[in-house]
Amino acid sequence: MTDANAAGEILTAQHVMEYPYRRSLGPVLSAFFTGLRDRTILGARTRDGRVLVPPAEYDPETGEATGDLVEVGPAGTVTSWAWVHEPRDVHPLDRPFAFALVRLDGADSALLHTVVVDDKAGMRTGMRVEPRWRDETEGRIQDIECFVPEAGVA
Amino acid sequence: MADESAIQSIVTPVRMEYTFTPGAASQRFLLGLAAGKLMGQRCPECRKVYVPPRGACPRCGVATRDEVEVADRGTVTTFCIVRVPSENIDLELPYTAAQILLDGADIPFFALIQECPWDQVRMGMRVEAVWRPEAEWGPTFENIRHFRPTGEPDVPFERFQQHL
Repeated sequence: MTDANAAGEILTAQHVMEYPYRRSLGPVLSAFFTGLRDRTILGARTRDGRVLVPPAEYDPETGEATGDLVEVGPAGTVTSWAWVHEPRDVHPLDRPFAFALVRLDGADSALLHTVVVDDKAGMRTGMRVEPRWRDETEGRIQDIECFVPEAGVA
Repeated sequence: MADESAIQSIVTPVRMEYTFTPGAASQRFLLGLAAGKLMGQRCPECRKVYVPPRGACPRCGVATRDEVEVADRGTVTTFCIVRVPSENIDLELPYTAAQILLDGADIPFFALIQECPWDQVRMGMRVEAVWRPEAEWGPTFENIRHFRPTGEPDVPFERFQQHL
């Protein structure tokens, strides 16, 4: 639908372009998302012993296929973050939050996710966080609702 | 992976919301539609009439300003039989989408053919617009529900081959 504006001079219309894109996962990410459904977080071990989370099929450094999947975390350390003061509709949370890189215990790379604290002042690089799982998990990254400060840590 | 219950795929919606403004030439076309008219623009150099107008002649590279009303009937120059369903299109399959050269225009545009079996649509067939009731008109091409055959004799290929 197109509507003339109040002055009747310039037409505008709200358009939405949307693709419900379904991505097939392959063996490594299939295991990762299946793990999320079971409330575990898996990483992939490279030949030289590093653990990549989220797991990759190939070592980005060498191009070699990665090996075993290993469970990591669930808690970890924030390595970097950006505060979102005013979430928009497309954001995963409807309250202020941080996008953060979280290096889970046992991992050598960081996972991009969200951290919820009461206030931006509660965020800092190096803080310890743990996942808050949804009541119902389906095998998607949103099964982790967000990360929150680790219990028992100031 | 023999695990039947393993997650094999995920849905990652891609969504973009935006405000569309048509620009001067397309706006005049849309306002013409709201008045039940199909408005094109004529190139001052090659004299070709573009419907819908884009404000410039892609051949001569000059602005088009002269407004020309064209007929709401024309000739099928070519067509496509669609057999694949789409989420947003609620039509019985197969259906026919055609390039229609309106009388008075020099380029065809894309529209739906109905009220005609899909296997009887042909190049050169004469068609006319079927408009929605005037009370429903707005500045949108949706005012025209579809095109249907007029029953006039077909146009010989030689008369539209320059407009394919």
